[in-house]
Amino acid sequence: MSDRKVRFKIKRQDAPGTEARWDEFLLDWEPQMNVISSLMAIQRNPVTTDNRTVAPVVWESVCLEEVCGSCTMIVNGKVRQACTALIDQIAPNGETITLEPMTKFPLVRDLIVDRQKMFDNLKKVKAWIQLDGTHELGAAPRQSQENQEEAYPLSRCMTCGCCLEACPQVNSHSDFIGPAAINQVRLFNMHPSGKMHAAERLETLMGPGGIADCGKAQNCVEVCPKEIPLVDSIAVVSRATTKHMLFGWLLK
Amino acid sequence: MASKSATYSETGKVRRVIVVGGGLGGLMTVIKLCEAGVPVDLFSLVPVKRSHSVCAQGGINASVNTKGEGDSPQVHLEETVYGGDFLANQPPVKGMADAAPGIVYMLDRMGVPFNRTPEGLLDFRRFGGTLFHRTAFAGATTGQQLLYALDEQVRRFETIEVEDDKGVAIHGEKMVRKFEFWDFLSVVQEDNGTVRGIVAQDVKSMAIKAFPGDAVCLATGGPGIVFGRSTNSVINTGTAASAVYQQGACYANGEFIQVHPTAIPGADKLRLISESARGEGGRVWVPKDIKERRRGKDVPEKDREYFLEDKYPGYGNLVPRDIASRELFLKCFHEGKGVFNAKSQKNENEVYLDLTHLPQEALRKKLAGILEIYEKFVGEDPYTNPMRVFPAVHYSMGGLWVDFERAENGSLVMGHPRNSATNLEGLYATGECEYQYHGANRLGANSLLSCIWGGMITGPAIATYRKNLGKSSYDLSSNVFDSAEKRERAKYEKILKMDGKENPYRIHEELGKMMLLDVTIERHNDKLDKVISSIDELTERAKNVGVTDTAARSNQGAQFVRHLDNMLVLARVIAQGARNRDESRGAHFKPAFKDRNDEEFLRTTLALHKEDGGRPSINYVRSLDYSINGKPVHATDQVDISLVKPRARKYETAGAASATAKGDAKPAAETAKPAAAAST
Ligand SMILES: Cc1cc2nc3c(=O)[nH]c(=O)nc-3n(C[C@H](O)[C@H](O)[C@H](O)COP(=O)(O)OP(=O)(O)OC[C@H]3O[C@@H](n4cnc5c(N)ncnc54)[C@H](O)[C@@H]3O)c2cc1C
Ligand code: SF4
Ligand code: SF4
Ligand code: FES
Repeated sequence: MSDRKVRFKIKRQDAPGTEARWDEFLLDWEPQMNVISSLMAIQRNPVTTDNRTVAPVVWESVCLEEVCGSCTMIVNGKVRQACTALIDQIAPNGETITLEPMTKFPLVRDLIVDRQKMFDNLKKVKAWIQLDGTHELGAAPRQSQENQEEAYPLSRCMTCGCCLEACPQVNSHSDFIGPAAINQVRLFNMHPSGKMHAAERLETLMGPGGIADCGKAQNCVEVCPKEIPLVDSIAVVSRATTKHMLFGWLLK
Repeated sequence: MASKSATYSETGKVRRVIVVGGGLGGLMTVIKLCEAGVPVDLFSLVPVKRSHSVCAQGGINASVNTKGEGDSPQVHLEETVYGGDFLANQPPVKGMADAAPGIVYMLDRMGVPFNRTPEGLLDFRRFGGTLFHRTAFAGATTGQQLLYALDEQVRRFETIEVEDDKGVAIHGEKMVRKFEFWDFLSVVQEDNGTVRGIVAQDVKSMAIKAFPGDAVCLATGGPGIVFGRSTNSVINTGTAASAVYQQGACYANGEFIQVHPTAIPGADKLRLISESARGEGGRVWVPKDIKERRRGKDVPEKDREYFLEDKYPGYGNLVPRDIASRELFLKCFHEGKGVFNAKSQKNENEVYLDLTHLPQEALRKKLAGILEIYEKFVGEDPYTNPMRVFPAVHYSMGGLWVDFERAENGSLVMGHPRNSATNLEGLYATGECEYQYHGANRLGANSLLSCIWGGMITGPAIATYRKNLGKSSYDLSSNVFDSAEKRERAKYEKILKMDGKENPYRIHEELGKMMLLDVTIERHNDKLDKVISSIDELTERAKNVGVTDTAARSNQGAQFVRHLDNMLVLARVIAQGARNRDESRGAHFKPAFKDRNDEEFLRTTLALHKEDGGRPSINYVRSLDYSINGKPVHATDQVDISLVKPRARKYETAGAASATAKGDAKPAAETAKPAAAAST
């Protein structure tokens, strides 16, 4: 075992409205260590640097390979997935690593927040194909490779919430739906059958809390772990809503 | 006699069924139920969009024959059965292979961004155990894309109202109600054993509550975490399957655990590098010389040993996983020829998986998802460096025992309530948590298929069961639910009060290490005996854990104690099943019994739980008697081999896996050559 150590400072809170506190932990370094494996090590031995045995830190994680979206937290002040936060990269020289929960969602406990509103937003914008049924109806419409190559990256959004956390327009005084849902509108509106209901989706973004609330600050695209071109998506959908506003009634 | 109303119970409640688990299996079941007009309560430990299915990379099989190679559902059936070393009942496999092309078209209609051919058709790639291009894929994140498509359809049903018998919408009652962040604890059973609902715990508020349902379907995925670290998601503890097993459900073929040959090491998880890497032309090799010190990319062709291609010219790098993993194990553990690691200064148990001879542009389009994982976690560029990989526990062929109703044509009778039924009346199971399709070894890209097909037959089966149900669960005396709820509350209170010395996470670590070492690729009876007695010890120690967390919210520590107990029970089923089966078949390999022994062991292992004076043990049976809608059903451990006669597996020879296959698919020896691969 090497004598290299890893130091964590973690923000703890038992429930919303209760007092927050910080606990510090010192762990043995291991190869390929990341924030999640560190939290697991704390579970096995939940003793702080000032020698108190505390309740293990709680957090959310599932896939551990940055595809499920669950482990979002603020690591060293920056919102990101904890599972890809490798210790050798974020603290190469033994710097203290701070962990905090996201701030734009209601706190549950420690590093867990409630992201239900993101799933509700997917309902609002009808992020689905209006399927006739799952019985056999033959092949789907053909699609070009080009179309697939544009759609696939948009479709990798894992509802992690990084973009909402980073967006200045998402805050306690606004209903702004946020970039993730807007990106879904772009995705479904470019699908050969999704297109048939494009207008409905656009209309949900034309009211309060809709696309007009975006301040074009571009913070979102910088933090998206899936590198989804959110600013492009916002621009595409924004143009489509404008067009729909001006000419939509003509097409009805 | 069936209930009077299909929608309402006698007491005026909307009659729902319960689905536990929202991976591909659970979500497809929900969709089929909704289409049949059956409202659903859907429970999941995590938001269903984050289910483990999201991890699947490589793709989903369907014999669409886009490449004109002569592929067909018949060949798919034969290769699946052969790959599984003839342990799977064949009618469900036939049903699945026949339905596969339709399933992929359906997914395409739902908007899955599958890769395309220049003509705009679905593209297909190769996977293990076949010579055909049969695997549809969306980059290398196919599972994510399929899960999202089904998740979207289920979300749509969350906005659609239930209709009464006359077709009038019932205000405020949606087709799907989701209960996410709920942990399944047990089923609620009537005195006669019929399953009438579930008890679950809200993992945020920790409230425990019983829910009625006219039927219950478990779709809770695999148990990989029993082995400590695996390619599985951290929530795959198998806790739900273990819980119903302890309530009397039969567990089948538990000993069949798939070890995937190509994963990357990690402190928390062994991340998979999908078989699709080899499907696209990736080659596996080790340096010929044990003392080779050059970096992988600097070792010239003549100094490399392509051991899979050499030994299996027919299927080459795409031999099934059981065989590939054993060969890797042989190279690394027995011959000590694993790749030399400059940091550790020794030959590690790793081999090269090499893509560097393939055009980068094509790799980016087809494999970026997995290559990103390698890059992120290993910190090396896989486009120019051969990747270093090693085997990891990946999938459970075994699971809850479920039944099926065979049709005249050798497939299944759709909508029959026997399909996917467990031996507990009213309890169904689908997806990786059941045992049905993959026999002794699963072929790559067949699991996503079996999960979705599973949902397609389970939904209609439950709809029929519910229609014939005499009395709705909503009309039972509330005592049934109250007492189940009380029982689970008492158990939880007991956990919170535990103040022993043991740390449950450390016990789990020990369990995992032991299972990994002795119950995976090579199994020896003396070691298995030791494992089983160690499981006894760990089970005892687990009674003496200390729960350091007594918080009222999100108490993961207490929850884990429960999962650990359930993992220990499943570990026993896996290890004891392996101990009993003195033969080698598919993923189950005993050097002391190298051959398959059809005479004695061409049968399903059927395990029932029993307690011997408070100590868990297993009762192995040869048949099961249970009932559906009050009618008796008899099932045995005989495997239905009516469609493809068992024969020895020989992957050395191209085309050996299917007698019907005649097409133009090329033997591996031709396609593996770099020049040929580079031209595609
Ligand atoms: C890394 C990786 C790659 C893979 N790639 C492929 C591939 O390319 N092709 C292929 O065919 N197969 C692949 N597989 C296998 C395949 O992904 C799985 O077998 C399949 O996704 C299982 O789906 P499921 O619906 O049965 O369960 P899961 O997707 O595991 O879902 C289980 C559900 O049950 C819920 N649940 C579990 N326990 C409880 C509980 N106690 N209470 C409440 N809810 C609970 C979970 O929340 C979840 O919603 C891969 C597997 C791995 C690990
Ligand atoms: S571009 Fe719009 S959505 Fe993105 S961070 Fe800025 S305001 Fe938010
Ligand atoms: S758009 Fe990116 S950052 Fe936002 S939720 Fe999706 S994956 Fe996360
Ligand atoms: S655990 Fe799934 S994204 Fe990190």
